[in-house]
Amino acid sequence: MSATTLPNDDSADAAYGNNRQAEVCEALGRVLPPSSLLIRREDTAPYECDGLTAFKALPMAVVLPENEGQLVAALKECHRLGVPVVARGAGTGLSGGALPHRLGVTLSLSKFNKILKVDPKSCTAVVQCGVRNLAISEAAAPYGLYYAPDPSSQIACTIGGNVAENSGGVHCLKYGMTLHNVLRVRGFTAEGEPLEFGSEALDAPGIDLLSVVIGSEGMLAITTEVTVKLVPKPELARCMVASFPTIESAGRAVASVIARGIVPAGLELMDQRMTAVAENYVHAGYDLSAAALLLCESDGTAEEVAEEIAAMERVLDESGASRIEVSQDEAQRLKFWSGRKNAFPASGGISPDYMCMDSTIPRKCLAEMLLAIQAMESKYQLQCVNVFHAGDGNLHPLILFDANDRDQFRRCELFGAEILEASLKLGGTVTGEHGVGVEKLNSMCVQFSPEERDQFMAVKRAFDPAGMLNPGKVIPTLARCAEYGKMHVHRGMMSFPELPRF
Amino acid sequence: MSAAEIRSATDLLRDRILEARARHVSLDIRGGNTKAFYGEAPRGEPLELTALTGISSYEPSELVITARAGTPLAEIESVLAERGQCLAFEPPRFEPGGTVGGMVAAGLSGPARASAGPLRDYVLGATILNGRGELLTFGGQVMKNVAGYDVSRLMAGSWGILGVLCEVSLKVLASKVDTATLSFEWTEERALAEMARWNALPLSLTASAWYEGCLRVRLSGAAAAVRSACRKLGGTELDAATAGRWWESVRDHRHPHFRPSGAELAGGECLWRISLPAATPPLQHAGFIAWGGAERWWRTSAPAPRVRALAAAAGGHATLVRAAGKTAGAFTPVSETLMRIHRALKNAFDPDRVLNAGRLYADL
Repeated sequence: MSATTLPNDDSADAAYGNNRQAEVCEALGRVLPPSSLLIRREDTAPYECDGLTAFKALPMAVVLPENEGQLVAALKECHRLGVPVVARGAGTGLSGGALPHRLGVTLSLSKFNKILKVDPKSCTAVVQCGVRNLAISEAAAPYGLYYAPDPSSQIACTIGGNVAENSGGVHCLKYGMTLHNVLRVRGFTAEGEPLEFGSEALDAPGIDLLSVVIGSEGMLAITTEVTVKLVPKPELARCMVASFPTIESAGRAVASVIARGIVPAGLELMDQRMTAVAENYVHAGYDLSAAALLLCESDGTAEEVAEEIAAMERVLDESGASRIEVSQDEAQRLKFWSGRKNAFPASGGISPDYMCMDSTIPRKCLAEMLLAIQAMESKYQLQCVNVFHAGDGNLHPLILFDANDRDQFRRCELFGAEILEASLKLGGTVTGEHGVGVEKLNSMCVQFSPEERDQFMAVKRAFDPAGMLNPGKVIPTLARCAEYGKMHVHRGMMSFPELPRF
Repeated sequence: MSAAEIRSATDLLRDRILEARARHVSLDIRGGNTKAFYGEAPRGEPLELTALTGISSYEPSELVITARAGTPLAEIESVLAERGQCLAFEPPRFEPGGTVGGMVAAGLSGPARASAGPLRDYVLGATILNGRGELLTFGGQVMKNVAGYDVSRLMAGSWGILGVLCEVSLKVLASKVDTATLSFEWTEERALAEMARWNALPLSLTASAWYEGCLRVRLSGAAAAVRSACRKLGGTELDAATAGRWWESVRDHRHPHFRPSGAELAGGECLWRISLPAATPPLQHAGFIAWGGAERWWRTSAPAPRVRALAAAAGGHATLVRAAGKTAGAFTPVSETLMRIHRALKNAFDPDRVLNAGRLYADL
């Protein structure tokens, strides 16, 4: 690493920053066409944050390479000068994973936007990293195939970003997350060397590096090209909306459906307040009197769907559903989903800001968690609307606040942290699909021991010895955790694991 | 095992690692010792995991089982079967006595792989002892978890070179309600073409295998769906008991194609596993074809570089599974850039090469 220690806090010396920026931009200007290098403040400002708008920073420059040659040249220059590189897709991430580094370069991969191949024989597609998630399914549609993971931002988010975050979506209960649907990732090391993880066969020799690269939030390698698995479009899909008189009965119904051996294509829960907000936004015809709604989808052949819908209806009925409605045609199915799919924008319409949490808990604890969140609402004097990927136990409480009110923001952060810590106590995790980014760094101190965090850091160094790719994200430093001051709870398989040995 | 017994067994493992580290010797991590033939030859002093045994938790409604590494795979499978659940990736057992830790470390999947996904996809969490004797937990028991790098899945198929698995959490699924096996007398070429075509249709196809002019496909799922797929595909349906035994013999490599005799091995014949893009047309050898064409098992005495070149030219790789000697290396070497990452990862987990040294690649 040529540039030793970079001042990267708020007190960074402005003169140092200006000189450094001139040096870096001059070096990048030598290897990139002017159209691929943004330096002026008004040009870099659109990149100051991702979907998590509470955190903002301006990078020294934004690089938009048009091809691998330019990408490699830019990476080599950054590596030579010791400049951090933050890769970015569509910037729809919700945890600040693409938050720029003040003394770094943001690498926008939006020009890598070509679908290179759709192969119905092997049921795969080869796409560049900047291709939008939904565009893959659109390109595969003529062959009766589609790409299964469907994050709610799928109109805009890119496959490269999905790889970085290991994105899920409402259908990942049955079809898996990004990891389960990607065969191969082509990319580059921080030094600009090409490499491939996985292969177009079903496995690759050596350690399965694909499993750590996917979900590594741009900290291990830069992704440029992805081979994804395509799956046959089901003959039929039908959706049910079930109303429940209490949160507890809805939570029990979720556990019962899964316990019965049914894997619905989607199993989502909205609480009453969320339902009202969504209904007001899209007019899906939801039952506003229910304490919670469950959306359950079944897909497959006509025979499978008929069997599964009947089985789910029985379970929901036994669990105390007060009303069950089954979609009769595709238009009605889409209408049922419209409210759920628009939950985030609808919430944006009723509050100046919202913070979306993303923890996962065992399904059996859903009701307990919702009641705990209700108690936190009074404690922090903030409202929360809840929409859950219930089938996976993945929660998206949306805490409503006004970012212009500093005290509300502070209370919102505490509220969020308490949800995450409650999730850990129930045996869960602080993030199910949105990633850690910068948002959940503190909670990582609670979820992992110092040794575990050190092991993460060591994994990072194995890929990126100089620490140039997206530094400061995902893994909190020892100092940060000490300052946060909450102890990791150890699980007790060994005596005195904290004692130093040798 | 009581909590105190678990702690004392784990303490003992840690002490063995630290002691081996101090003496600069390598440990050969052992569960049931049923996969010693696979990969590079084990070396070093045995580190037995059989004392760390037992299912820690199993909740059918959560679709998760957590077990200590030395738990017999047979115990896990029988406990799951009692509740109508299973390990959907059908891990090969080869011999009785294998453990869940060995299963995850080897990372192998059986006939259902092409439809159900690999073992790696089902790993939700792992507690490991690294080469510094640190007890670390990654992942957990929930379905979706992106907190930190997915180190628990990195363990799947790493052959123990990064850590000693102490406990693993696995996703389980309900066993398929109904199943049927159809058989077709077809050439390799026709079988591969039809499998590729079926692959793109929603058919509940959960396994396929072609051997000596006969293609067998398994359909599983809801009863009505299996029946309707049978009508669409045609062929001859096998009786359930025969079909069940036959798929088990493929899964566990008891089918004679996977077991060259001592004399055949001594004569230079080898069993190769060729992993290929599914739509690869017939190659020089046919052998036993599984996974819809993506896995092909060759019996040949052709020189290793030639076999590896054929696989590489088709976009795949070749593993030397059974042979009199494996001087050619069991696994296909990776690119120099990837090898640098492999060495750095080994160093990150096990800097003194205490754990399963040489089991994956000679210099790791």
